[in-house]
Amino acid sequence: MSNFHLEPRPSGAIQKAAEQSLPVTGTEPAGFFTQLKGFWVTFSTMFKKPNTIEYPEVKPEVAPGFHGRHQLNRYEDGLEKCIGCELCAWACPADAIYVEGENNSEGNQISPGERYAKVYQINYLRCIFCGLCIEACPTRALTMTNEYEIADDTREKLIWEKGDLLAPLRAGMLMPPHPMYPESDHHNYYRNEIRESHPSQDTTGGGQSR
Amino acid sequence: MSTQELAIDTTVEMITLTIDGFEVSVPKGTLVIRAAEKLGIQIPRFCDHPLLDPVGACRQCLVEIEVNGRKFPKPQASCTIPVEPGMIVNTQLTSAVADKAQQGVMELLLINHPLDCAVCDKGGECPLQNQAMSNGGEESRFEGTKRTFEKPISISSQVLLDRERCILCARCTRFSEEIAGDPFITLNERGALQQVGIYEKEPFESYFSGNTVQICPVGALTGASYRFRARPFDLISTPSACEHCASGCDMRTDVRRGKTLRRLAGDDASVNEEWNCDKGRWAFKYVNANDRITTPLIRDEGGRLREASWPEALALAAKGLKENRSAVLVGGRVTLEDAYGYSKFARVALKTNDIDFRSRVTSKEERNFLASHVVGTQINYRDLDKADQIVLLGFEAEEESPIVFLRLYKQVRKRELKITAVAPFASRGNKKLKAELIATQAGSEASAISKISNLSNKSVILIGERLSESTGAISAAVTLATSSGAKLAWIPRRAGERGALEAGAIPNLLPGARPVSDSVARVDLQAAWGVSGLPSNPGLDSDEILKEVERGSIRALLVGGVDPLDISPDYQTIMEKAFVVSLEIRHSAVTQIANVVFPVAAVVEKSGTFINWESRGRFFEAAVPDSLSRSDVRILSMLADEMDSSINLPTVSSARDEFNSLGTWHHRESFTPVSGISPSIASDKANLCSWRLLLDAGSLQDGENNLAGTAHPSVAMISKNRADALDVNDGELIRISTSRGQITLPCQIDQIEDGSVWVPRNSANSKVIESLGITSGEVSVVKA
Repeated sequence: MSNFHLEPRPSGAIQKAAEQSLPVTGTEPAGFFTQLKGFWVTFSTMFKKPNTIEYPEVKPEVAPGFHGRHQLNRYEDGLEKCIGCELCAWACPADAIYVEGENNSEGNQISPGERYAKVYQINYLRCIFCGLCIEACPTRALTMTNEYEIADDTREKLIWEKGDLLAPLRAGMLMPPHPMYPESDHHNYYRNEIRESHPSQDTTGGGQSR
Repeated sequence: MSTQELAIDTTVEMITLTIDGFEVSVPKGTLVIRAAEKLGIQIPRFCDHPLLDPVGACRQCLVEIEVNGRKFPKPQASCTIPVEPGMIVNTQLTSAVADKAQQGVMELLLINHPLDCAVCDKGGECPLQNQAMSNGGEESRFEGTKRTFEKPISISSQVLLDRERCILCARCTRFSEEIAGDPFITLNERGALQQVGIYEKEPFESYFSGNTVQICPVGALTGASYRFRARPFDLISTPSACEHCASGCDMRTDVRRGKTLRRLAGDDASVNEEWNCDKGRWAFKYVNANDRITTPLIRDEGGRLREASWPEALALAAKGLKENRSAVLVGGRVTLEDAYGYSKFARVALKTNDIDFRSRVTSKEERNFLASHVVGTQINYRDLDKADQIVLLGFEAEEESPIVFLRLYKQVRKRELKITAVAPFASRGNKKLKAELIATQAGSEASAISKISNLSNKSVILIGERLSESTGAISAAVTLATSSGAKLAWIPRRAGERGALEAGAIPNLLPGARPVSDSVARVDLQAAWGVSGLPSNPGLDSDEILKEVERGSIRALLVGGVDPLDISPDYQTIMEKAFVVSLEIRHSAVTQIANVVFPVAAVVEKSGTFINWESRGRFFEAAVPDSLSRSDVRILSMLADEMDSSINLPTVSSARDEFNSLGTWHHRESFTPVSGISPSIASDKANLCSWRLLLDAGSLQDGENNLAGTAHPSVAMISKNRADALDVNDGELIRISTSRGQITLPCQIDQIEDGSVWVPRNSANSKVIESLGITSGEVSVVKA
């Protein structure tokens, strides 16, 4: 058998109280040196660099892989990468994502290929930021940003619509709907061969955001 | 022949074989793959379908087979080989050779199959996905470029084809040839370029095309209206019944967030097998139409409908119905429970037998026939399977009851079942059935029927609801059945008509087949209902009810889901004279006239029972459970309470329980035959005949443009002689007119009986009742 005993060692105060058969009250005075040891921790901290972050005045930098709010990305010509396949919704353990697919049609090409997301919602009341949706996304349309300021005061505002999640148009991108890059198909898009929009894709004639 | 059918025949020889070390006995002729299923051994397959002929196209079901101690040199397709005594079968579970063969086939099938599961509708419920996981290898050795096709191409306005996804199992082509009899799609080309294609000249206008989408084991065929709408995990599936015709298909309704997204054929071997028609599959959008009624409405002093509260509307409706002589028009779309509610409401609250579900041309002869030969009887699809001859009277099987057509076609194909049709011409459906045609003009059916002979007691006479349009025809059919011993079956067009008949929503019958004229039956029902008296005089038919409204003796009407145009072309001026209470799901011709309108639940929003033509109950639960709409019977119960004569049917289930507890009365009305009258048509005129096509301008098909795209174009059919007389060629416009109005349609010259002209009754550009005011009879035909 082992000689290992699990017997608590009573503190001095408790032992003393036990000897005098008095109740332990917690007000028994500690010794002078014990007190000094406690004050030393406080005193030494005065000379250390503070850990306090002045949020929200100062916004801390997060790690590059931080799971922040989602973003729906675009191809370089502005077409949406999301194809409305619902794999993110399928993967979501919290049932936070709602997607409705729709046909891309001539005159209303939102994403390359046949299918786009007509409705895309993420419910941030439910989202647990696990990132399984990002792993499931077959087109890298859905990624997570480092943005974490999502809190809001109503439930409605915490259901983010597609418009809230879509990445902004960068230089060279055109606002969909617009046709696909000339002489290309969805494979060219998936292989990342489309580097910018083509003038012929600008059906508005105004060059919206070029 | 499926194992199920074989098993019913007890004389069949049983064969014992060993599969994976387990012995099993199956009927002779069973395929190995199905014998394995009996043991619970799942052999992967794509082309195999229990209701289609074996073809061995996909090669996925390879197994090792040994007969009489000799092994087949190579693995064999288990879906094409019938069992033999002493056969030893080793599937992928016990044979490494079979397993390797299956993995190899899967690898080959996936070579050209695109990796677009993410955008494919089948993703998540795809036999190829599932079996690639269960019986495929982990990696592909293929490094070339996949074959691609332009995608998708429309096979019809409803069905889209992605050829690169196709694995050439030939299920769709076999279905359309073997089951539907519409061989409009075939496999074209050969080798790697083999693909499903359509005949360019003849579009894929099959009424059954949706089944090809359902049985496609990959996502090659998809329905246009469901495309990209949802994933399987989004959907809540509810078993349901079809509300479109009296065939009584088992269905599955898939709902996403309270909205029906698709309906699939259910699997009921004794009724629809695994099939349904395109109308049943795709015509469900009317439920979400913009003109749904959501609150009670009452007509104000200015003649406009305004929203009202339930108590206000109930009080007004109750007052109007109580103070006036009232009648009830039910319509053929209600469930059994709702029809029972109307029936009891008429007898108890309105104290009248003036209630009729037949919103069409009716006759006293018909109601006498329904009360004497139809109500309380049973006949079923198996009688059609076993019949030696089928006679179709006033009934176009493919247009008016498509699943009955599929059953007939199956027997015609299998054993050349003899079919005789009394009709003005051989329609497309009758040609497919190779029916012997007894060409007859509308109205002269009685004399044509009396010429039929050679029926036996295994023959079945199918009577359509249109036979009542011809005086004496039903009597002739009854005489024929009595003299030959043949079975009689009445196949109405609408899903609720048989249930309404059983529920007594007809002037001469009370619920449970009790004749109004039978005082003992009345007393029996009085006791069951706990009321002091029931009206004893037989009530009025629907057309008579409208006549009495016109004369002013009936001053209030309770109208269910009725299109009043079906009863009378002058309904509007007539019904405006009465106080009309309407129970409707959408704004309609009736709600435009009605004084009080109550919103009721559509079929997907309520539970209920439809009784199909066999007299088989098709119970269904609500597919959209959180709908606020109420079933008709519940509103009628509230209305009766308001009128101080309760019918005590607060829920659908209470109505069902009460109806079932009544039982079926044992005495039937006697049948009084009526002699036929041949119509007299002036020599320069033509005799109009018409029926409704399956896909037409019916209100339950509203909102589904893809479905409407495959409706057959409206044509007027005339004979060669008439075309010569009118000097028109095929496709030229002709004008058909009566004193009321006219219809102009392109003509189709066909072998129609010379005196007749046929037009679709309610299709685009061909609204017969509205335009001509008649459904059959004398019209003039001129070149337009």
